[in-house]
Amino acid sequence: MASKYSNMTVKAYRRENGRVGVRNHVIILPVDDISNAACEAVANNVKGTLALPHAYGRLQFGEDLDLHFRTMIGTGANPNVAAVVVIGIEPGWTKRIADGIRETGKPVAEFSIEQKGDFETIRAASWAAKEFVHKTTEYQREEVSISELWVSTKCGESDTTTGLGSCPTVGNMYDKLLPEGITGFFGETSEITGAEHICKTRAITEEVGERWYKMWKAYQDDVIFAHQTDDLSDSQPTKGNIEGGLTTIEEKALGNLEKIGRTSQYIDILGPAERPNSGPGLYFMDSSSAAAECVTLMAAGGAVIHTFPTGQGNVVGNPIVPVIKITANPRTVRTMGEHVDVDVSGILRREMTIDEAGDALIDSICRTANGRFTAAEALGHREFSMTKLYRSA
Amino acid sequence: MAEIPHLLVHAHDDNVGVVVVEGLTAGTDMLCCVTHDNSTFRLKAEADVPIGHKIALKDFKAGDTAMKYGEDIGKIVADIPKGHHVHTHNCKTKRW
Repeated sequence: MASKYSNMTVKAYRRENGRVGVRNHVIILPVDDISNAACEAVANNVKGTLALPHAYGRLQFGEDLDLHFRTMIGTGANPNVAAVVVIGIEPGWTKRIADGIRETGKPVAEFSIEQKGDFETIRAASWAAKEFVHKTTEYQREEVSISELWVSTKCGESDTTTGLGSCPTVGNMYDKLLPEGITGFFGETSEITGAEHICKTRAITEEVGERWYKMWKAYQDDVIFAHQTDDLSDSQPTKGNIEGGLTTIEEKALGNLEKIGRTSQYIDILGPAERPNSGPGLYFMDSSSAAAECVTLMAAGGAVIHTFPTGQGNVVGNPIVPVIKITANPRTVRTMGEHVDVDVSGILRREMTIDEAGDALIDSICRTANGRFTAAEALGHREFSMTKLYRSA
Repeated sequence: MAEIPHLLVHAHDDNVGVVVVEGLTAGTDMLCCVTHDNSTFRLKAEADVPIGHKIALKDFKAGDTAMKYGEDIGKIVADIPKGHHVHTHNCKTKRW
């Protein structure tokens, strides 16, 4: 059914595989921690490129290694990335990641350091990066339907105002745009605890709900009950959550789940950094509730815009995905205004409805998609955090 | 709403509400609003409670359940008179 959102368009980049991106980054991607220095040197040599240093990639194995590869390949494959230079210490895993990204059809060049050293690697990789910058800066934005956007969400430094205002704002956006055919992501497995009975019923079928519940329960049993030393107070909810008035995980979870609105249903479950393959709709990604880790995983899954409700003022950003901050807390608007993209504090004063707040967020999504910098982009927040499942060998 | 509310309550069967103004002091005759239908009531704040923190809408006894969003958000572990602050010192998770 046509709505006032059906004809909305944005100007974005159409990639070789048909996906739509809202940024046009050339990234210099290290396969492993010891290749960070070479990547940063290349990014320093060639303006318009961005190095993505991280802490891992050596002696990982099993499911943890699979996640590393999936995160690396997914990050390079993200439609906000126009071209990729991959640098690793040795050629094997470097090629594996480069080939994974190449499946999108975008330009990829790979370099390895052993038997060459940093100098020679940096020289050769800088030439490739410069060519990519010339090529991709000629790419033009084109008009595309808003339905082609993949929009993720995760909240951070939540307080009681997130459940009252900023999370329902995101939920209202999903209730309006999912029927138009966007692809959405939510997650934060531990942070549904206390609202799992509701989340389970928000699956499109009982079978999907049962799979969701099994995944949620596995995290409780295998991670929390296996490792807890107390009731997790100060960790989940965090010190910041408690400072903001949230008392228990149940209270936090019920506010968190407001992000999927009143009518939205999720159609499938994703592993961390996994790409959706069941068509447009809402997906639950098994993920940490730590902001940078979660946004990094959802970006690797293919999200091109992230909507981030905050109460106390989480300042997180991401190197390749614009992060839109929404807050309903008037104190945060007053004291941390430089981090706020969408001020919905009027909800608390009963001057703004959730419907109006949802429309304000949709407007911000469109303007951000068209190229407007978010607060996190303007302030240089580029947190890129890999999720690690267990100790390396 | 001509007057800005001091306290918001999600659902009618909730027994706690959230302070949504800065600098709330004991003795304030709070305008409270139930967001579900925007109905209002009055309640006297019995403590200085920071923005975002919760206030008891009834007299609690240890062992009671705190309700918000119409759902169970934890167990009350100390008696709390109506109008007083509800937080980690008197309310705990039932989960972990």
